[in-house]
Amino acid sequence: MSSIVYVPCDSAALAVGADKVARTIADEAAKRGLEVKIVRNGSRGLMWLEPLVEVATPQGRVAYGPVEVSDVAALFDAGFLSGGAHALNLGVTDEIPYLKKQQRLTFARMGKTDPLSLDDYVAHEGFAGLAKARAMAQADVVQQVLDSGLRGRGGAAFPAGIKWKTVLGAQAAQKYIVCNADEGDSGTYSDRMVMEGDPFMLIEGMAIAAHAVGATRGYIYARSEYPHAIATMDKAIVAAEEAGYLSGFKLEVRKGAGSYVCGEETALLESLEGKRGIVRAKPPVPALVGLFGQPTVINNVITLASAPIILAHGAAFYKDFGMGRSRGTLPIQLAGNIKRGGLIELAFGVTLRELLFDYGGGSASGRPIKTVQVGGPLGAYLPESQWDTPLDYEAYAALGAVLGHGGIVVHDDTADLAQLARYAMEFCAIESCGKCTPCRIGSTRGVEVIDKIVAGKQREQQVHLLRDLCDTMLHGSLCAMGGMTPYPVMSALNHYPEDFGVQAKETTT
Amino acid sequence: MTTPDVPTLVREILARRAEEPGALLLILHELQDALGFVPQEALPQIAAGLNLSRAEVHGVVSYYHHFRQSKPGRQVLQMCRAEACKSMGADALIAHAEARLGCKLHGQTADGAVSLEPVFCLGLCSSSPALMLGDELHARMTPAKLDALMAETRA
Repeated sequence: MSSIVYVPCDSAALAVGADKVARTIADEAAKRGLEVKIVRNGSRGLMWLEPLVEVATPQGRVAYGPVEVSDVAALFDAGFLSGGAHALNLGVTDEIPYLKKQQRLTFARMGKTDPLSLDDYVAHEGFAGLAKARAMAQADVVQQVLDSGLRGRGGAAFPAGIKWKTVLGAQAAQKYIVCNADEGDSGTYSDRMVMEGDPFMLIEGMAIAAHAVGATRGYIYARSEYPHAIATMDKAIVAAEEAGYLSGFKLEVRKGAGSYVCGEETALLESLEGKRGIVRAKPPVPALVGLFGQPTVINNVITLASAPIILAHGAAFYKDFGMGRSRGTLPIQLAGNIKRGGLIELAFGVTLRELLFDYGGGSASGRPIKTVQVGGPLGAYLPESQWDTPLDYEAYAALGAVLGHGGIVVHDDTADLAQLARYAMEFCAIESCGKCTPCRIGSTRGVEVIDKIVAGKQREQQVHLLRDLCDTMLHGSLCAMGGMTPYPVMSALNHYPEDFGVQAKETTT
Repeated sequence: MTTPDVPTLVREILARRAEEPGALLLILHELQDALGFVPQEALPQIAAGLNLSRAEVHGVVSYYHHFRQSKPGRQVLQMCRAEACKSMGADALIAHAEARLGCKLHGQTADGAVSLEPVFCLGLCSSSPALMLGDELHARMTPAKLDALMAETRA
């Protein structure tokens, strides 16, 4: 009888040798005269265990990890094809506490299926949401999304249903669905995982949106830094189209070109039009004047990928998760200097402390955790005193912080927050589109001012100047690039003044 | 396989792509995928093919970090310098690469074998530090692993 072995094809597994491990398993099986079928699944998201190899047993799938090429022969000796004991044996995958404690809605299939198998997808509730949506009136589909409380998962947290409703109400010969897959925030990879590990879910979400608002064309704008995601999406679109799931909705992937600001929705639309990714002034909103001037739904990957489960199970089911005005779940990505980093999908309301220690197990270096940046390069640095705040859009806003796209980057006590603040300004100077002055000039001046503070030149005046500059950027920038760069800078200065050589009392002047 | 000369290549790409909406980025990507960079001499031809000004095409090529305007080394080593990788020693790893290769970020080795480029996030943030060599991803890197990789590449 043939055994089934799963070796992930997610980039995070490939980057630590999954292809070689898969080849070695095939070779070793052949050498021993054993029949093995290797399935290249998505990643379960337990990144510190990649490559995480699973085998199908009567008790369920049993996991081994992290597996290196040099472990393969010993795994065969230990009878891993039937779940045999070995130092890398992690038990039944679904029982691993890190996975079991999660509330996986959007990521329910992740790692279980072959990403490009339509049969796998359909066998795991795939296209159930689309079937329901197509049997409903357009306005009813939009109402479901509104009622679910789903807010944009890209970072801005704008209610998705309101965008959809605006596009539905707009009169135009051509409407578009655009998926923002320009996942540039350091510490985030949930979009990449969806595209590489469950691409039909994104296609289904976009097809639901297309039906809901009457759009016939869709684009997925993906980063050039994600070659595997792009290749998998391309194949999945062809497969879904050939199997008749798109019903005339024409969908294609477009590749970005390494510009961070193209993650801002209007810059993204400019880039899709083949121009420089320069931010547009709003209004008009893209829902009315979007791609090529037409009404456009533009949502993040996770937002669109949440539509299938909302339609399949109903708005109330989804809304039951979460707290306050943050409904549903957030796919959190625990990253940086952390022992057990990975994808953790949970209802809003969990605290950083639970994530860092219950899930993450503390820092990878074994040193004390000094600070945590939440929400990407434009998110605030949070000191330990703030780690008990529930992950909730409003609670974070009250701290002067953001949840963003759910990326959490951990730094140990060797981190120098003055250097990280300087880096935030430098990054803004490199990535600014240049349209508005506070962002274009302010970022360069910010680097200079921080250098002067650190060098101790007129420190008190320079701190005052940095605050004034951040105030101008915050209130005077056209988009979040310049408008939010002050978040990491000011939080670093306020919570870690000693790293700037500044006395705590000086920071408030 | 020999690459056709630039005018022939551009003509062929334009013939397939020029009618697509927002075609300029598609065309530049195809050109760079074929040649490793976007040669200056191609810009007037692309501009004429898309009914754009040369300035508009130049503006797009120079705006995006991804598009190279000069020929890169035979291999491109892109090293992540974003926050998650920084938290795991990316700056020291980059300094190690610079010392070993004898060139700075944005430069290339004297023998033209390797171009060293920064990249802002490869989406491998829970397995930092990360880099991409050609189209191959590598995570949980250390100076020793980088040395081994470079030795393999340049062997």
